[in-house]
This record gives sequence, structure tokens and C-alpha cells, in this order.
Amino acid sequence: MVFGGIGTVALAWYYGSPRFIEVGYRPEQPVPYSHKLHVGELGLDCRYCHVSVELSHEANIPPTQTCMNCHAAIKPNSEKLQLVRDSFENNTPIAWVRVHKLPDYAYFNHSVHIKAGVGCASCHGNVGEMDTVEVKAPLSMGWCLECHRDPQQHIRPKSEITNMTWEPPPNQAELVKDVMDTLNPPQDCFACHR
Amino acid sequence: MIRKHLNLTTVSTALAAAILLGGCYRGKPSSKPPLHVVPNMDAQPKYKAQDKADFFQNGSAMRVPPKHTIPRGYLRADTIYFTGKKANGEWVEKNPEKITMDLLQRGRERYTIYCAVCHDDAGYGKGMITKRSPDLMPVSYHTNVLRQQADGYLFDIITNGSLSKLMGPYKHQVGVRDRWAIVAYVRALQRSQHAAAKDVPLDKN
Repeated sequence: MVFGGIGTVALAWYYGSPRFIEVGYRPEQPVPYSHKLHVGELGLDCRYCHVSVELSHEANIPPTQTCMNCHAAIKPNSEKLQLVRDSFENNTPIAWVRVHKLPDYAYFNHSVHIKAGVGCASCHGNVGEMDTVEVKAPLSMGWCLECHRDPQQHIRPKSEITNMTWEPPPNQAELVKDVMDTLNPPQDCFACHR
Repeated sequence: MIRKHLNLTTVSTALAAAILLGGCYRGKPSSKPPLHVVPNMDAQPKYKAQDKADFFQNGSAMRVPPKHTIPRGYLRADTIYFTGKKANGEWVEKNPEKITMDLLQRGRERYTIYCAVCHDDAGYGKGMITKRSPDLMPVSYHTNVLRQQADGYLFDIITNGSLSKLMGPYKHQVGVRDRWAIVAYVRALQRSQHAAAKDVPLDKN
């Protein structure tokens, strides 16, 4: 009976953890936008669309105008882009499905992390290889604290922020020594539960 | 052993077998939203950025200021800085931002993100996008016409798009100071492709 109890707890521990529940969420979007094509193959920078990531807490989903910058002329009659054209003509938003969602009591700020030197791929994975965006990291408090307690291996030069395949070099500790002195990732509750 | 009723061991073993055999492992992609068994305060009745809002007629939680109003800090009285035009309606010739190396570096970074896609890194208009469509033919910056154009004109093109409408308005994506930085960088690009031997710094001769 004790064995059964332990088994149940073990199952709940595994299947109830954010690593199981959150990772792998890959919702279907109204428009089959492929990051793999636009970022991976065509080489668009993340910030071309997600403009506010350096300025605000939120990394915005782009307005339809951003899509139309190219798609007014590229594949202007494609079926896959019908919703985009409708949105542009009728001035109504495209109903994108949110992928990465923190609970409402945790207040995350993107711009602070970009400024500190955390790359997009550190939390979102290699988006340039995703046809449909998928959650790659649990985004749980424990997972965030892992980096907050020891950010050394996750800090990169500002020019590499949007590099999807950056890996910390062997002399990372030396390279980031100066930055680490100024970095002070908060570990108190108030930092995020404001 | 005869069991009179199901006990915890049997149930949990059966459950484990069902789950593991069914393929529920960590990170397996699924289009179903994550199930939060204990919802706590995960979803609070408040509007966040870009949320849908049934309360408003157009369904958008983010509101636009009412017509004929100006939010604090948005007066934008300096029309030269914000529109590139002087009071008499002509384009301002010189960049109102002080040209420093910082500004040019910023301009280069922003240019690479927003402009190089179509205009390519050197400004000849052979960006990667042009290979995807025969209709997209950005002008090359390295023509006499554009070299002699006023800075304010370039600023306006970035802000509102080109006259031919082939280039859309980038005011939603590029902030005002960044636009001037890009204008400064484009001028540097033009200079780089139209330099004379005497322009090369002495130590690089």
C-alpha cells in the first residue's frame, strides 16, 4: 500500500511538473506562419516583427502591416495568406493563439532580460527550426531560478541575442566576468510577484 | 491472493502502464493547451497586452486615444524631428541628430534588422526578399538622385513607405531616433560606394 502511495506521488511528480505539462505545447495557428521559413531560411531577425521585446515587458505579435510589407508583393494570392489579407483590408486583427504563457501572478519583463544579455533561444529554443512555434522550456519558477542563481552560461554578447545557434565558448567565465559584476538577477519574491 | 476490491497499488500500476504505453512522455508536442489541475490564480480577470476583450466593440483590449486628443508626452511639436519636414513644407536637408559613431553603429544594427532584408547590406537593393518576387525591386541607394536627396526625404520614406507603395510604412517598427540613425547609416553606405582615393584615411592607405 505504501508502494502504491509512493507510485502515485511519483506519477504526480513527473506528470504534474511544468516540464511535462508545459513543454511541448504547440497550438495550431489561424495562419500557418512558419518561423523555419522566415527566420531559418530567409534570415529575418526576431526584432523585425517582435519589435517591443527590447523596449517593454511584452514581446509583441506584429501588426498585419508587418506581414504586408512583403506579402503585398510576395505570394499575393496565396490561400494560406487569405486571413492576413482579410485582416489588412478590414482592419481587424488576426486571432493568433498565444503559445508561451506565464500565470498571471508572475510578471515577466522581456526588455530587462534582453538588456542583460539573455538570448531569445535561451528560453524559446531554436525558433528558426520550428514550423509551428512550440514551448521548449518549462518556464516554471524553478527553471527561472536556475538561471537567476547562476546566469554565467546564459549571458551572451548583445550582437548574439537573436542568434539561434549560439553556444557559450569555453572561456565564457572569463568573457562575462565584467558583465557578471553588474548583473544582479533578483532572487526575491517581489521581483516577479509584484 | 484473492483481492476483494481494487487497491491503490493495482490502480497506480495500471495507470502507469496505460500512460507509458500510450506515449505520454515529457516534451511530446501537443496542440492541446496545458492542463492546470489546480488553477490557482493562473488566469486572472484582467486585460494584458494584445488580449481580446469582449467588452469593447472592436474586441481589442488595447485602446487607441480618442480622436483630436494628444496623450501627455506625445505633442511632437518638433515637426523637423518627427516628420523630416521644415515649417515651409520642404524636406530638412541635414539629419537633426548629432552624427556620432554611436548613432552610426545603432543605425547599422537597425538597418541590418529592418532594411537589409530588401535593400541588402550594401544598399544596392539586392536583398534576399527580391529573389522571392519579381515585383520587389528596391532602388539602389548609389545613384546621384538619392545621393542628393535631402535627409528628411529618406526619413519620410522610412516612416510612411515609398511613393510607389512597394515599401510599406515602417513607423510601426522603427522608432523616431532609430529612423534618423538609419538615415545617417544610409548616408555612410552611400559614401562608402562613392568614395575617392583621397577619402581613405591615411593609416589605411
